[in-house]
Amino acid sequence: MFKNRIHILNLIFAFLGGLVLLFILAPLVGMFLDTSVEDLFETAVDKEVLDSIWLTLWVSMLTTIFFAIASIPLAYILARKDFFGKRFILGIINLPIVIPHSAAGIAILGFISRDSLIGRCAADFGLNFVGHPVGIAAAMAFVSIPFLINSARDGFEGVPVRLEKAALNLGASSLRVFFTISLPLAWRNVISGLILMFARGMSEFGAVVIVAYHPMITPVLIYERFGAFGLKYARPVSVLFIGICLFVFVILRLLSREKRYARN
Amino acid sequence: MLEIKGLNINFKEFEISDINFSIDKGDYFVLLGKSGAGKTLILEMIAGLLFPDSGKIVLNDKDITYSKIQSRKVGLVFQDYAIFPHMSVYNNIAYPLKSKKINSKEIRELVNTCAHDLNISHILNRSPKTLSGGELQRVALARTLILKPDLLLLDEPLSSLDIQLRKELRSLLRKLNKNGQTIIHVTHDYEDAVSLANKIAVMHEGTVVQSGTPEDIFQNPKSEFVAEFTGTKNFFKARIESQGKENLKKAYINSKLIIFLYTETESGEGFIKIRNKNIVLSDKKIEMSTQNTFKGKVLEIIPAHFGFEILIDIGVELSVLISKESLEKFNIQEEKYMWVSFKASSVKFYKGY
Repeated sequence: MFKNRIHILNLIFAFLGGLVLLFILAPLVGMFLDTSVEDLFETAVDKEVLDSIWLTLWVSMLTTIFFAIASIPLAYILARKDFFGKRFILGIINLPIVIPHSAAGIAILGFISRDSLIGRCAADFGLNFVGHPVGIAAAMAFVSIPFLINSARDGFEGVPVRLEKAALNLGASSLRVFFTISLPLAWRNVISGLILMFARGMSEFGAVVIVAYHPMITPVLIYERFGAFGLKYARPVSVLFIGICLFVFVILRLLSREKRYARN
Repeated sequence: MLEIKGLNINFKEFEISDINFSIDKGDYFVLLGKSGAGKTLILEMIAGLLFPDSGKIVLNDKDITYSKIQSRKVGLVFQDYAIFPHMSVYNNIAYPLKSKKINSKEIRELVNTCAHDLNISHILNRSPKTLSGGELQRVALARTLILKPDLLLLDEPLSSLDIQLRKELRSLLRKLNKNGQTIIHVTHDYEDAVSLANKIAVMHEGTVVQSGTPEDIFQNPKSEFVAEFTGTKNFFKARIESQGKENLKKAYINSKLIIFLYTETESGEGFIKIRNKNIVLSDKKIEMSTQNTFKGKVLEIIPAHFGFEILIDIGVELSVLISKESLEKFNIQEEKYMWVSFKASSVKFYKGY
């Protein structure tokens, strides 16, 4: 009797879960099915599309690597140290997740435009971050950095403190402990965070479109093609971009699988 | 060698207060106490993982209270070994050497020698995830000993091992100590203390309540806590001699008194403990199956929780528990001579330091 009840409960849960999966998959599958091979091929050789996909990928990749250098140590400190104002700092880190991304774009624009201190300094060197890959990177980083910091912090929290203490006792410096014990053991979460940050940055539209309409990253290009030519022209770019994103993520996930360590 | 002077550390809900003890080179010092007594915190302060609020830690005449962890020459083996799960056994043992400027050939030689000494050469290429508790413990010891620390700190090293492994590891620790390694061993198990230590400090609620040799501690507990915790009335230093009758042995106490007992130990020094509940009192000698029968003078009658505790001199002071009815039936009084009997199986032997 009890066994049957569990069986029915599982069926209900599976049905509800299936609906959610259908909700995610149906529009994507529909989009793929509605795109002809000819359109897809034509888009794949379109220079404007290829340039925008390449720009999106490299800017997002470099942004992730550049910000990781400072974010991973910050995540470690947040995982290991208790200090006054820690909750406040955690709140600040999560702020980009809750604010509208167009508003985030406005904030970034104010920060890097020629009216700001940074913008004026850049102008002295003949640079204008607005409409520049640096501006795109700033917008991407702003909205995606919480994913890296939170994931890396979870990873470091999962590393037993006594392993770090043992390493210190065995004569290792704090820096060596970080690179040989803490980071390798938190690696899986750090990699997940990097992938999430990269993905989130790559798919950002709202903040980037305000900071840099040109050069055009792929989400902006899709929006432009939809506005100017309609759904039929926007769809192949979307399908191609989604395909490339999936390919990159699968590769990154496969690479990070090698680093699965047991936590004890 | 090591002097701990007035060590104090205060946490919100717990404090370590006024810890004092000293250890000589070659000592096997056991910090004995219940869980939560603060034993591990003392080890962490000696190792430098924690700084005291006040007090001094002096190692080889050098004040190391606030010295860097890396420069202390103190090795700590953690209770759950703290083996790095992402490194092979070889890399775990080589880890401390890689912080020094030692070439890889020398590292390999040192690791191989250390692994050989601890009988783990065959597992050097294995992942820690595949090792048993006893193997992990040996790897942790090898990793710490490879730096040749002046002082080896062991945090409950035997607590998670089964009886056979405990026996093996006790023998290994004894061997290390006999080779000159000074050891501080933290445990809640008085059997570890009795069988390994030449000095013991008993800790309770963040302070040392008694310290001395195992005999001092177990024969003359200075507080109710020590007596209750160690629970070792009728605990005597003894020398075992084989009888030629399988496991039946003779234990010589102060060279006069001989007590029969069963033990697998063939011969040697150690301690015996006789359960006071298993000792029978009578006013005349009765033929019984017990191996041990002695005549003794009643020294003291002490009211106990259930009945009375009788202290009786049979060459050593023996504690016997009896009921109120028995006390009245035999009319037991101080100075009166009585007979005590107990089975050889009521006597337990602990191989000593």
